[in-house]
Amino acid sequence: MEFKKTRQGYVDGLKELARNNDQILVLDADVAKATQTFEFEAEFPERFFNCGVQEQNMLSVAAGLALEGYTPFASTFGVFATCRGGDQMRNSIAYPQLNVKVGATHCGLTTGGDGASHQANEDIAIVRSFPNFTILVPGDYEEAKQATIAAANYDGPVYLRFGRDAYPIVPAIHGEFEIGKAKVLQMGDDLTIITTGIMISEGMKAAKQLEAEGLSIRLLHLPTIKPMDQEAILEAAKATKGIITAEEHSVIGGLGEAVAGLVSEYCPKPVIRIGMQDVFGESGQAQELMDKYGLRAQNIVEAGQRLLAHFYPMPTS
Amino acid sequence: MLTTETKRFLVDKVKTVRHEILTMVHRAQSGHIGGSLGAADIGVALYYHLMKHDPKRPGWAERDRFILSKGHCTPLIYSILGDVGYFPKSDLTTFRRPGSHLQGHPFQPKTPGIEASTGTLGLGLSTACGMALAAKLKGQSHYYYVLCGDGEIQEGQIWEAAMFANKYKLNNLIAFVDRNYLQTDGYSEDIMPLDPLAPKWESFGWEVYKIDGHDLEQIIGTVLEAQQCEKPVMIIANTLKGKGVPFMENAAEWHGKPPSDEEYQMALQTLY
Repeated sequence: MEFKKTRQGYVDGLKELARNNDQILVLDADVAKATQTFEFEAEFPERFFNCGVQEQNMLSVAAGLALEGYTPFASTFGVFATCRGGDQMRNSIAYPQLNVKVGATHCGLTTGGDGASHQANEDIAIVRSFPNFTILVPGDYEEAKQATIAAANYDGPVYLRFGRDAYPIVPAIHGEFEIGKAKVLQMGDDLTIITTGIMISEGMKAAKQLEAEGLSIRLLHLPTIKPMDQEAILEAAKATKGIITAEEHSVIGGLGEAVAGLVSEYCPKPVIRIGMQDVFGESGQAQELMDKYGLRAQNIVEAGQRLLAHFYPMPTS
Repeated sequence: MLTTETKRFLVDKVKTVRHEILTMVHRAQSGHIGGSLGAADIGVALYYHLMKHDPKRPGWAERDRFILSKGHCTPLIYSILGDVGYFPKSDLTTFRRPGSHLQGHPFQPKTPGIEASTGTLGLGLSTACGMALAAKLKGQSHYYYVLCGDGEIQEGQIWEAAMFANKYKLNNLIAFVDRNYLQTDGYSEDIMPLDPLAPKWESFGWEVYKIDGHDLEQIIGTVLEAQQCEKPVMIIANTLKGKGVPFMENAAEWHGKPPSDEEYQMALQTLY
């Protein structure tokens, strides 16, 4: 299996965009070597602006550039963009609906060694609550590149979520990227698994394991959290007995709650949320943290079994 | 420097604008009077004399831009924009009412003539930096005028913007700090001391002027000089919060309080 960084997809997308569009500008806040935007700087030095350790200023500067017609990509770690820069994302960018793209790397538990302070596990929840923001959470390198290009071609605020680690390449999700569209990877009528971001590879493994137990699994990958593909989700809710969501993010305010909210309103079915269970992470290797905090295929499988046992118990005769 | 006629015209405009500020806030029973009254001379000097702008073409690329970083002083900017014709003056009666384009704090997508959405303090100077950088990239020669409150510059983001403007040599940026020494909770030097203020900005790489913010000739003369600077410019304008209405002058309580009917009448009678 091939592994590649999603943040590399971000900068490769940016470079491709900038070759054909001179309105693309990139800003960074002294983490260019980590977000990878230093590669953009090398090719387009006159269109790269290092704002220093000033996430708040960078986000409002990006708003100013957008007001004058540019398409700025403001890049930093997810935790700095959404927590330190939450006011600027809300009032400078979301409220006036400006054409600013926030490229957030080092999101989620797999940020690893830097520990909880740097692992953005609440960024989706924060940005989801801001009207006007589109949220893209690509699943691998290739999709990260596609999402970056799609963001530039869309007029409005976009939050792009990338990780730190190298993640498996998942050819199954490499079809056409359309903002707001789920990728239905397989149909099934017992259980639905819905993943976002890098959890797609765990979701695929879990589907295989559950199928080995004789279950028919529907598998959806959601690279857009907002606007959500309501049709695909409701169709899955209707066709199956319940839904397991999996995200590298808190179960509060992310994919799981978005799906549960939608389903409970229009087609009530049980939803079990796999994700960070309202706790902070800690330092460690990405892979061992995924094990420790329950972000594995096995956790999805167990949730599926629990859902069926609890809501659809076998009749005792 | 100014002809007697020009000066009389501007002085009259200042009074008209102050009258409108009082009326807007009284009618809405909500809004920020003190800081709006205090910065009226600066606003009038910019919009009626210094700035290159055309209310009939709010999107004109070469216009000078004004960004109200102390976003709560919408009664000031709306009074001016309505008077010069960016929107019908009658719209001012809808200030802070549901459905109005005249929101409590500036909302750029809705209000013609508003260049940037501000509200939480500290955003406007950074946004203006981004805009001024854009103009530099395009080789445009217009100016960006920014009005900050003195309480506002206690925000850390202001000093981030100060560093940024210096780094990118934004000499198309001319900012004012409305130095009235009062903020919501009282006297600025008690709440969070700012003095000595000029050396702070100078050490951040800005050209600094200190002026009487109620002297139209000084405001205009200083801005004309600032336009020639090689650095971003901060004009520290000493003002009286509540200027023009004696009982509101230099009183922190008039930061965000609407006048009662009696107070409104008294204000109009004593307005100078």
